[in-house]
Amino acid sequence: MDGFLATPVGILAITLAQTLALLVPVLIAVAYLTYAERKVLAAMQLRKGPNVVGPFGLLQPFADALKMLMKETIVPSGANRYLFLFAPMLTFLLAMLAWAVIPVNEGWAIADINVGILYLFAISSLGVYGIIIAGWASNSKYAFLGALRSAAQMVSYEVSMGFVIVTVLMCVGSLNLTAIVKAQETVWFFLPLFPMFVIFFISTLAETNRAPFDLPEGESELVAGFFVEYSSMSFALFFLGEYANMILMSALTTILFLGGWLPPLAVEPFIWIPGPVWFALKICLCLFTFIWVRATFPRYRYDQLMRLGWKVFLPFSLVWLVLTAAVLKLTGWLPA
Amino acid sequence: MITALAFYLFAAILIASAVMVVTARNPVHSVLFLILAFFNAAALFLIAGAEFLAMILVIVYVGAVAVLFLFVVMMLDIDFARLREGFQRYAPIGAVVGGILFLELVLVLGAWSFADQADDLRLSPNPGGGLTNAEAIGRIIYTDYVYLFQAAGLVLLVAMIGAIVLTHRDRPGTRRQNIGAQVARTGTISLEKVPVGAGVKELGIRRPPEPEAEAPKVAHDAGHHGHGGHH
Repeated sequence: MDGFLATPVGILAITLAQTLALLVPVLIAVAYLTYAERKVLAAMQLRKGPNVVGPFGLLQPFADALKMLMKETIVPSGANRYLFLFAPMLTFLLAMLAWAVIPVNEGWAIADINVGILYLFAISSLGVYGIIIAGWASNSKYAFLGALRSAAQMVSYEVSMGFVIVTVLMCVGSLNLTAIVKAQETVWFFLPLFPMFVIFFISTLAETNRAPFDLPEGESELVAGFFVEYSSMSFALFFLGEYANMILMSALTTILFLGGWLPPLAVEPFIWIPGPVWFALKICLCLFTFIWVRATFPRYRYDQLMRLGWKVFLPFSLVWLVLTAAVLKLTGWLPA
Repeated sequence: MITALAFYLFAAILIASAVMVVTARNPVHSVLFLILAFFNAAALFLIAGAEFLAMILVIVYVGAVAVLFLFVVMMLDIDFARLREGFQRYAPIGAVVGGILFLELVLVLGAWSFADQADDLRLSPNPGGGLTNAEAIGRIIYTDYVYLFQAAGLVLLVAMIGAIVLTHRDRPGTRRQNIGAQVARTGTISLEKVPVGAGVKELGIRRPPEPEAEAPKVAHDAGHHGHGGHH
């Protein structure tokens, strides 16, 4: 058996098994995130939410998925057929691809690469292509306007996200995600870098096109924005991609600021709970905040969104970056 | 073996997509092929062991520069028929320029010889000593050549400011939102807590003034009194 596992075919089989072991829970989590969002929003608005399909409505996501599958895929006559169908696949693919480097526990990453954080940043910055291509290929003005908004928005917020990541990296001294989590054994980074944590969280809202920054799909102006022409499975892929991205961004927030798989205190009752459970719990906390924000805040106006990104977050994160560097240098805490 | 196969695969796709960038009829397709080319170049970096450069290539070029390219190209309103109008007329000139460039390249490459130690340097992004290549490149940029690197950054900054200054048009008469002033504003809006059941009249809150009997007269000598507002 060991001999087989060392051959290229064996390595491929192991990787495949690892991928499935990670992606199947992620996809189930995506399904139940849509359910959780509807339930939490309902609770916040004093409604019941989905409660008919299955006990407590627990089978609702699967009923929705089945409904999506049964519908007809419509390609508008003026659309660019290949790109139109390629865009939702790309969105979904990118949302899955990024999970390759996420460490769920110590040593539990499919690919524990040295530049893990850069890989995640690169993949998340590609997410905009699914939206732009969808908007352009639809050959519809609402879709196109949504795509343009999204392109400008995601590029703007990536800049401040980059500075936040650089600040964290300075405190760690490595680009490896496992090393980032291990550096938080004494204190989770959200305490010393609290302002950056807030900026990062708000930027992830903008990066995933979630409320209050969901202008690319702003239904009051753009019908449904970039996916207005999509139906059936191609629509479902966008939907799944968006929710998978939410989970991914929550995982990234957890790794960068909330100590990944580490328990809050390394003492008796906490260390009984295994690392992946802590990781999942922290992701759930972030996701709950995503939904909470959606229930609480109205949508930003577009120029205010740009102002927040370029005139508030960018200068602030830049100043905080310099400040952190100075503190680390002067106190000699700079990692070797 | 697998590495070599992967190299030829990525290199072939890279060249094919680069050819498609210049031959595709639709400029949006050109940009998308350019992005594919960037990706394959990043994969080649990975094969060479320069994972930091590969990721930076994807983040900077694919994630930011190509997005703006695509943005601009999609917004352009290009008439393809007009673009190809003079093709027949200009083709000979283009062929001559291309031919001269090709000859020059052949001459340069003919006289090219590799340095003795080139083989050691080739495809070795890690200088050894247990450094990752991110640390290695950081040492070169920020320790060995920090002043030159900062000077290059300054030149880029000047170029950026220049571009902004040249293209900025100050349009007079536009109304801008001053969020600070809005937030600091007091007195114009007040919140009153009204006891339940008490009418608004007791609090002195006025409804819009009712139309008055002498309204026609005001319209007659508007020049003396102005319009309303002083009741």
